[in-house]
Amino acid sequence: MSMPFYVSPEQLMKDRADFARKGIARGRSVVAVQYADGILFASENPSQALHKVSELYDRIAFAAVGRYNEFENLRIAGVRLADMRGYSYDRRDVTGRALANAYAQTLGAVFSSGGEKPFEVELFVGEIGDTAADDQIYRLTYDGQVADVHQYAVMGGAAESVATYLQERYAEGASLGDALALAVAALGHTDAEDRSIAVDALEVAVLDRTRPQRRKFSRLSPARLESLLGSPSAP
Amino acid sequence: MSEARLPAAFLRSGTSSFAEFLADHAPDLLPTRRLAGSAPLADDAAPHGTTIVALTFPGGVLIAGDRRATMGNLIASRDIEKIYATDEYSAGGFAGTAGIAVELMRLFQVELEHYEKIEGTVLSFDGKANRLSALIRNNLGMAMQGMAVVPLLVGYDVDARRGRMFSYDVTGGRYEETGYHSVGSGSLFAKGSLKKLYRPDLDEDEATRVAIEALYDAADDDSATGGPDVSRRLYPIVHVITAEGGRRLSEQTVAEVATRVVASRLGQPNGPIASLASPSVAGEIPGGDPA
Repeated sequence: MSMPFYVSPEQLMKDRADFARKGIARGRSVVAVQYADGILFASENPSQALHKVSELYDRIAFAAVGRYNEFENLRIAGVRLADMRGYSYDRRDVTGRALANAYAQTLGAVFSSGGEKPFEVELFVGEIGDTAADDQIYRLTYDGQVADVHQYAVMGGAAESVATYLQERYAEGASLGDALALAVAALGHTDAEDRSIAVDALEVAVLDRTRPQRRKFSRLSPARLESLLGSPSAP
Repeated sequence: MSEARLPAAFLRSGTSSFAEFLADHAPDLLPTRRLAGSAPLADDAAPHGTTIVALTFPGGVLIAGDRRATMGNLIASRDIEKIYATDEYSAGGFAGTAGIAVELMRLFQVELEHYEKIEGTVLSFDGKANRLSALIRNNLGMAMQGMAVVPLLVGYDVDARRGRMFSYDVTGGRYEETGYHSVGSGSLFAKGSLKKLYRPDLDEDEATRVAIEALYDAADDDSATGGPDVSRRLYPIVHVITAEGGRRLSEQTVAEVATRVVASRLGQPNGPIASLASPSVAGEIPGGDPA
């Protein structure tokens, strides 16, 4: 007579977490850095078409690491939720907190249900306010945990060494150029050596509260990156 | 939306159209899915928007609308805004049932932005015109009940590098217009005025003047179109789109032009008088002699 294997719930969750973590650790890191005029997102991404950072709504951006098909699905869901809320209520009623909550519930529900493969993704939802003090970055992990982080955040492959680098050098109220230089240096930092990442292998986008348009999200082109990185102290 | 976990419809891949997503997931939010089978609405039951004019000039396009909404013989609003920037390079104005039109324009705005965010690229101008066509076609049932919406879409075509415009009928038919066009109750008079004042070589300031003159002529002969309201300082809305993007002219700029138009009409109530001499201007004149 065959006996069903007994697996303790702790072991089951641990296995699922290990599975998700392994998938996420394979990718390159994404950093989010708060600067004087908003939030900067940067990642090493050789593809110009498949984005890791994108716009969700007027003042809200999305960044992700892990499996592309999974986070792309979550990104589209976020755009739909944001647009539907903004359309049925008002544009001001779309908040980063609500989006982060919806993502957390979704990731959490899938993680703890036995039937579905856990998401192999981690996400940032960033939202800018009228002043730097109102800016928010939510970090979401594969199991649906949400953390409200300040100043800077890192996720993905070499998250720990990048975070250590940022922790030692982060300064509040930095200009866009300084924040960009810091983020790029941090992405290239490993325990063994510091690489400098080529401009066309970078994906950088900002939520910039000084933009006159209603939509504050903008991608920085390689030419713009070049000029910003050339003179790190320029505004 | 109260459900904590994102419903499956949100995570389904497929459409990059917001309207299609709503039709599938929340059809009650669509402006066009109500009142099926109810009796036709009387003319004076809901506010109607009236006259919109648009004209192209080298390097761009301009759209302007008066500020009046009427319910039968009543003036329902003196300061309604019927011109909407639908994205960076397009704008629309509408004539017809205001409540539905405002919502349709809002839906169209979200539709364009939604596509841009999901696809990471902007729709071509023809693509935008076709999407608006589909939204209008969905409203046909309501149009049959007396709640028609007739928009006028203008935009700067970044590929063709010129201003373009499309007019629509209630069935969603779209027609590209060259030079100038007008929709709404005062459009007959506005178009007559535009016909005599329009030249393909107008600059932006002259085009603004021509648009305000045309709206003045529409208000002069159509009771549902409002003229410049000097005492309340209410002037037409004018939106200009060029290669640099779209912008609404400031109230002060429009006020100056409108004040000049009103002042010139004090001596000459019919406005500028066209010369009998054949114009010798370069460029295409709409409806002009093809020979």
